[in-house]
Amino acid sequence: MAVTVDLAATPLRDLNRRLQAIAGTSNETEFHIVNPRGAHALAVGLDAEVDVLIEGHVGYYCAGMNKQAAVRVAGNVGTGFAENIMSGTARCTGNASQSAGATGHGGLVVIEGDASARCGISMKGVDIVVGGSVGHMAAFMGQAGRLLVRGDAGPYLGDSLYEAVIYVAGEVASLGADCVEKEMTEAHRAAVAALLDAAGLEDDPARYRR
Amino acid sequence: MVDERKLSASATFPPEVIAEIQRAADEGIYDIRGGGAKRRVPSFDDLVLLGASVSRYPLEGYRERCDTDVLIGARNAAKPVHLKIPVTIAGMSFGAIGANAKQALGMAASALGTSTTTGDGGMTDEEREASSLLVYQYLPSRYGMDPDQIRRADAIEIVIGQGAKPGGGGMLLGQKVTERVAGMRTLPEGIDQRSACRHPDWTGPDDLEIKILELREITGWEKPIYVKVGATRTRYDVALAVKAGADAVVVDGMQGGTAATQSVFIEDVGIPTLPAVRLAVEALIELDVHREVRLIVSGGIRTGADVAKALAMGADAVSIGMASLMALNCNAPLYPEDYAALGTRAGFCHHCQTGRCPVGIATQDPALEARLEPEAAARRVRNYLTAMVLECQTLARACGKSHVLNLEPEDLAALTLEAAAMAGVPLAGTDWIPGR
Ligand code: SF4
Repeated sequence: MAVTVDLAATPLRDLNRRLQAIAGTSNETEFHIVNPRGAHALAVGLDAEVDVLIEGHVGYYCAGMNKQAAVRVAGNVGTGFAENIMSGTARCTGNASQSAGATGHGGLVVIEGDASARCGISMKGVDIVVGGSVGHMAAFMGQAGRLLVRGDAGPYLGDSLYEAVIYVAGEVASLGADCVEKEMTEAHRAAVAALLDAAGLEDDPARYRR
Repeated sequence: MVDERKLSASATFPPEVIAEIQRAADEGIYDIRGGGAKRRVPSFDDLVLLGASVSRYPLEGYRERCDTDVLIGARNAAKPVHLKIPVTIAGMSFGAIGANAKQALGMAASALGTSTTTGDGGMTDEEREASSLLVYQYLPSRYGMDPDQIRRADAIEIVIGQGAKPGGGGMLLGQKVTERVAGMRTLPEGIDQRSACRHPDWTGPDDLEIKILELREITGWEKPIYVKVGATRTRYDVALAVKAGADAVVVDGMQGGTAATQSVFIEDVGIPTLPAVRLAVEALIELDVHREVRLIVSGGIRTGADVAKALAMGADAVSIGMASLMALNCNAPLYPEDYAALGTRAGFCHHCQTGRCPVGIATQDPALEARLEPEAAARRVRNYLTAMVLECQTLARACGKSHVLNLEPEDLAALTLEAAAMAGVPLAGTDWIPGR
């Protein structure tokens, strides 16, 4: 049974404390949060297999440093959505502001709409799937992990990239320093298909470039 | 025959400048080194304390109490950090220095009831075990950033800059990027690392406030949050850090060290520690949070006298980096042939960037590291910290103070015009503070 929490009536601290306290022991595994009204630092630092659905727009750092949990925002997200995610998933049905999935070490981040500048900055192993387009300097200094963009990519894509991999279906305004286009092999198309599948998005892997 | 008397050295082009021009001409790249600013800048040496006599009376050495403890973070944190002495160990990364050095610093600090600090690359289990109070540095690179590590820390220090290179990011040359270091940072082995100079998910004071909220929420409002800045526009930086909600501000002057950066950064960017303390204290007083939001000062602190003077100017604690390494044996006259192999001598070494530290501190090489025996090294640091605190207490008692934090600007006089102006302390024998 989903537990509903109304943020208009519950302080942020109480909600986060309750979500953080779940460590496999509680049978409260589904949370439904209403009236987020752009709150910052919502559902941060979770470390349990729990489903959190947030209905409405959120502010900065929603699902920050997430482990294990599946956080879904039915709305837009502010700066640093799922920053430094370690595992689990973070999904938003709308658009994301800057630095979505920044420094993520693992897990999956899905932005169904567009993501603004520096999506996946300094990513360290996370998979990020963007249903729309990304702004400038996506995957800047990306160290590891994969960024998939179903739409277009803004200027300086993958600037100072280390070992992270970027797949783009649409137009790329420009590549950043140290970012080079490489061949798409069968294995890469299979990886694209698997990422789209994990993100629950439809598309033809043949459209993608690496 | 050369007549020595007729050799006229150029002040503009002394031999070391000529050597540097010729090095740049050969290599076509800037010089990278470790350490802090080597040039002479106005410092705590230019201040003296005014011991008590008739107008004020001193406390008896040994017999009358002079406390040294400092509580950090009582404002917001459920578990504030209680330091028994006002001297902490500054952030130094595992990578820049080896595991033995980190462990020795942790053991010494724990024995005296003070804190050590992590660095780029995250927290090692060894340092967590060795340190009873461990401050986690939250850096722009976020290498090895794991929420479990911040939950295991006693405080969090958001690093915006450091005195050796305000405005610059970290640097670790490939020689020191061993398998373990590379693994902790998710980067390839043996390749030079240049880390970011800005945080990836916030810019500016308004964002910082939200970042602090997030960190507090993730750690259950338990831990004090420090903000560390390199000394430049210190008055504004400190005020903005306070506004963003910091429990403590760490201000690192230009004498502060680094394991590796461009030497132009070390020598030509930032202001000395002396004026930085004054600027920071002015900001705290203006916001009415002096002694509530704690001020930790670093950059060129060497003795108990430096500590006493920093506290008298209004700091709450100091932090030492290079001096603690020297207590470990940095620049000790041992292994002369290994210093020579680096092209230097004991007393002049700033070659941390090479990873070939002759005394086994700034290295990841097992053979060199074996030269630093953690127990013995910890004993030296413990002795050094003990001596420093005794010196500081001696001076505080002489000024009639029963707690080192009761030292005040009125206990100070300046020996030079520069120091008087920078520290905001009267020139000795006058009541003149230039600029006031
Ligand atoms: S002795 Fe070691 S720690 Fe000291 S400056 Fe030289 S390389 Fe660095």
